[in-house]
Amino acid sequence: MKMRTTGLIAIAAALTLTAGCARRTQELPPEPPSSTTPEDATQDTGVGTTVVPGSRADFLQNVPSDRVFFALDSYSIDAAARSTLDAQAEWLNRNQNTRVTIEGHADERGTREYNLALGDRRANAARDYLQSRGVAANRMQTISWGKERPAVEGANESAWAQNRRAVTVVPE
Amino acid sequence: MRIPLIIAAAWSLVLGAAAFAQTPPPPPPAQQGQDQVGEDGQLVVDVTGGRRAALPIAVPYMPTPAPADTPAGNTQALGRQVAEIVSTDLRNSGLFTPIGPNGLRPVAYPQVTAPDFGYFQTTGAQNLVQGFVQANGNGSITVGCYLYDVSARSELARQGYVVNPRDWRRAAHRCADTIYSRLTGEGAYFDTRIVYVSETGPARRRIKRLAIMDYDGANHRFLTNGQFTVLTPRFAPNQQTITFMTYEGDRPRVMLYELDSGQTRPLVQQPHMTFAPRYSPDSRYIIFSMAMNGNTDIYRIPVGGGTPQRLTNAPGIDTGGSYSPDGSQIVFESDRSGTQQLYVMNANGSNQRRISFGGGGYATPVWSPRGDLIAFTRTGSFAIGVMPPSGGAGRILTSGGAEGPSWAPNGRAIMFTRGLGAGQLWYVDVASGTTRRVPTPLGGSDPAWSPLRD
Repeated sequence: MKMRTTGLIAIAAALTLTAGCARRTQELPPEPPSSTTPEDATQDTGVGTTVVPGSRADFLQNVPSDRVFFALDSYSIDAAARSTLDAQAEWLNRNQNTRVTIEGHADERGTREYNLALGDRRANAARDYLQSRGVAANRMQTISWGKERPAVEGANESAWAQNRRAVTVVPE
Repeated sequence: MRIPLIIAAAWSLVLGAAAFAQTPPPPPPAQQGQDQVGEDGQLVVDVTGGRRAALPIAVPYMPTPAPADTPAGNTQALGRQVAEIVSTDLRNSGLFTPIGPNGLRPVAYPQVTAPDFGYFQTTGAQNLVQGFVQANGNGSITVGCYLYDVSARSELARQGYVVNPRDWRRAAHRCADTIYSRLTGEGAYFDTRIVYVSETGPARRRIKRLAIMDYDGANHRFLTNGQFTVLTPRFAPNQQTITFMTYEGDRPRVMLYELDSGQTRPLVQQPHMTFAPRYSPDSRYIIFSMAMNGNTDIYRIPVGGGTPQRLTNAPGIDTGGSYSPDGSQIVFESDRSGTQQLYVMNANGSNQRRISFGGGGYATPVWSPRGDLIAFTRTGSFAIGVMPPSGGAGRILTSGGAEGPSWAPNGRAIMFTRGLGAGQLWYVDVASGTTRRVPTPLGGSDPAWSPLRD
């Protein structure tokens, strides 16, 4: 594990710029979770609608993002991810009846089976962090999608960076 | 086209019989160098370092003793179609340059067993395939298949296949199998099927269905309806079941599909994700990977179910297990060293040792049915390569952007997925380095080759 982390320092440094882009993206209205359609999200975040406490719409309005991002072949929770997950944990601790699914995803540059395992690592890393912030383990389940459900299409570093992610999905 | 380019000077490599030639064949075009540019415009490097000659072989249309209608068409038409399939199979292997059937002189039925060798010699063919299609009056048809040495004017093989007319393509593939085996000394692979994942739609919402077809893309049919994602199907060596991974009910796990009944059932009763299944050579066990709390290990379970036996326990991702053909060893990939590498262990999990040493990563190892090679995906470049079980750096067979090799039953061709986004199925002949696309109605990935059919 130590070797891997060391080897990734250069990559992590190179990703600082990309991370900056990702942060700017997060200032926009949050992207809908992968299992919803864009139409649903537009309605949910529309002005004047009543948001049910503990719902997905409530979650998306009150956390900076439903997802955290990872460096290439990594499942380390970095500072940006910690800040996102801290806000998610705060919301989850206020809404004790809500259960969530944490989806782990990988970019397309890994073999299929390995990426399934890597997605599992990422979902578990996010879950473990939320648990360390007080969210009960039995409220969270994980699922890995490997490289099967990219958030963004495209064979470039920007797309890949957005696809290496763990997404906290609150039921509608 | 690549075929004319790969004709090498070493004619006798493929067939010793060529040495008996009384009239020298037309001189082959000079070889262009060791590496060739494949049909897809990308570099293909031969695994053996030397290139085999593509053997010129004549395949005229096959006559019928008496035209008769069958549910699959008239025997006259079937005779033409069988010859076309035999010709295409042989060309697809990369080891033959078929001449005809189009453009060759018609063969009369009595000539099937008494070829006009003088004429076929003028075509440049070293060998000749003749045959016939006959309706038997009881609903079956007979496909006759004869292989000749043109220069020696001798018969090398003959086979007859009595089949239901709807299986006429299988009879043609079996004829091509007979010729391939007789002339190369290897097992064959034309009368086989492929199970794979059919893909359609944008990457964010790709629909993936289990599908099965003949090796050449014919007789295609879907086995699942696309309501849930499926991945990595594998044929049981006994061809009774297919194991695959499904996301049905958002529960990613390994399932079994029974080919006769069409029924599916889960293999493992576990809350954790199970994936990357593969059969033991005797079809009694399946090894698979299970991810638990971010750690992935390889387990073994009887095909009928039971308690999984854990085979690996290193921290990290151990996956992609594949048995040696004698069932005594398992090759798998692990990132325990920090990068994905290939390891071999005894079938009970003991004596795990790394075999890949080439810089960079190696993944998805698959042991050849012959036992002599292990196919893999090189990480980074995503090229398919092979290495001996003793290990090393391996040799690359394909250009990049490929993954997921599956061996033909004779261990001489490898099918794989090309394209990291929308996939296509391709195969490469290990000896000739010839790559070819396998036609599929939609996109395709994760092909698995069946054994030769019974």
